[in-house]
Amino acid sequence: MKFGTLSAVAMMTASLFSTTFALAQSSDAVIDRIREKNAISIGYREASIPFSYIDKEGQPVGYSTDLCKEVAETVRTALDLPDLKIEWVPVNLQNRIPLVANGTVDISCESAVNTIGRQSQVDFSNPFFISHTRFLVKAGSGIAELADLDGKSIALPINSVPERLIKSLIEKGDLDVRIVPVKDNSEGFLALQTGRADAFSTDDILLFGLKNKAVDPASYEVVGKPLSYDSYGFLVQKNSTVFLTLVNATLARLSRNGELQTLYAQWFDPMGVPLSPDLATVFHVIAIPE
Amino acid sequence: MNYSWNWAVLFSEPYLQWLVWGTLMTIAISLVSWVVALAIGTVVGVLHSTENAWIRLLTRSYISLFRNIPLLLQMFLWFFVVPELLPDAAGTWLKRDLPYPAVATAIVALGLFTASRVAVQVSAGIAALPPGQRMAAIASGLSMVQAYRFVLIPQAFRVIVPPLTSEFLTIFKNSSIAMTIGVFELTARTQQIESYTYQGFEAFTAATVIYVTIALTVTMVMRHVERRGAIPGTL
Repeated sequence: MKFGTLSAVAMMTASLFSTTFALAQSSDAVIDRIREKNAISIGYREASIPFSYIDKEGQPVGYSTDLCKEVAETVRTALDLPDLKIEWVPVNLQNRIPLVANGTVDISCESAVNTIGRQSQVDFSNPFFISHTRFLVKAGSGIAELADLDGKSIALPINSVPERLIKSLIEKGDLDVRIVPVKDNSEGFLALQTGRADAFSTDDILLFGLKNKAVDPASYEVVGKPLSYDSYGFLVQKNSTVFLTLVNATLARLSRNGELQTLYAQWFDPMGVPLSPDLATVFHVIAIPE
Repeated sequence: MNYSWNWAVLFSEPYLQWLVWGTLMTIAISLVSWVVALAIGTVVGVLHSTENAWIRLLTRSYISLFRNIPLLLQMFLWFFVVPELLPDAAGTWLKRDLPYPAVATAIVALGLFTASRVAVQVSAGIAALPPGQRMAAIASGLSMVQAYRFVLIPQAFRVIVPPLTSEFLTIFKNSSIAMTIGVFELTARTQQIESYTYQGFEAFTAATVIYVTIALTVTMVMRHVERRGAIPGTL
């Protein structure tokens, strides 16, 4: 009798747990929203080359954009929504986190560096790229490290992760470096080009992009040892673990079957930035088995 | 919405200090630009109200040029393009040796832009006076300069206090454009707080409250100026 009651309670508890588990695993806020709209909204950037930018036809393209098309494919299969549409939403540095946090954008696919601070508002996918803070200087300037800039000036993008890093390194090294705050990368390049600054510092991949876009790429060079390891992740709404799992599963699948490496080569080889050993390792790490 | 509010950010260091610095910078560049704008605007506006065709051509060119080009573009041109057009030594000095180049450039750009708008108002204020004022002043033996100094300008300024108030308010808001050339004024500090803390909504709310407070204070001061300056028996 007593045993019977206990086992009944145990069974009830077990079934209760299993149903809540099943519910928790099959859906979350983002998944519900995608089902309801029958569409997934993907954030893109207008000029974050080669991650996410607008091509000549006005379509969002890029490495991150391609990866998120695969994410949409995974969601289409997993949720059994054959007519799932993709809504492209333009985002910028200022609004991408609020837009993901308030649910306007289901996943922001561009070039967001994963930081602890940002994780208080949004969650990040597994890394799909690693960038380093380095310097763009005029060729033959003799500048190779931050210390070489003592008594000179450096352009830094306002309110960026590299800005914070360089400022703290200048303070730590007690260097006399004049800072020229610039609002975006093209202004930073202009400051370097016109001699207002002796160096421009930000993520090296963006520096390579600026150098390649210049009229005379040979007169600029990217120098310095990596000052940081910044991993890029896609932004998703906080606590949407089911959706996040689908995103990470997509990255894992692409890495396992080699498509991630192919995509990387497609977007980065033309820029002269081959897959680094560090990033190759990261691709192995995120290739979680099924 | 999935946003974790944290108003305490605004009152913690260094963010509170950033807000204070930003507010002071906004007030400083706005006030200095306003002085520049009033001085140049008055001179140009007075010259614009004279009858000499050549002078009017010059003042009209100045007004058209500075009033019709977006301020954002003017900031950029002053900061990045003007030093390239000057002789090498002067350009290098502007880029390398001028202390606080961004702040100085912002004041020049904002001051000259607003001056063109002040000039239009000053000349409109003078034109709004009854023609008899000018004639009577000259007839009573005043020179043209004296007529402007003692009769026309004092009355014209009283007429244009309300539109000048709008212009004064606008200069505070326009000062946020200085952010684009690297001046850490209130809006830039707000974005800086956002980028450090990811509490953007709190930071922007604080900036909104500060801008509104500045605007209301300016409105009250200008209303006082208008009342104190009013000539009994006139509007």
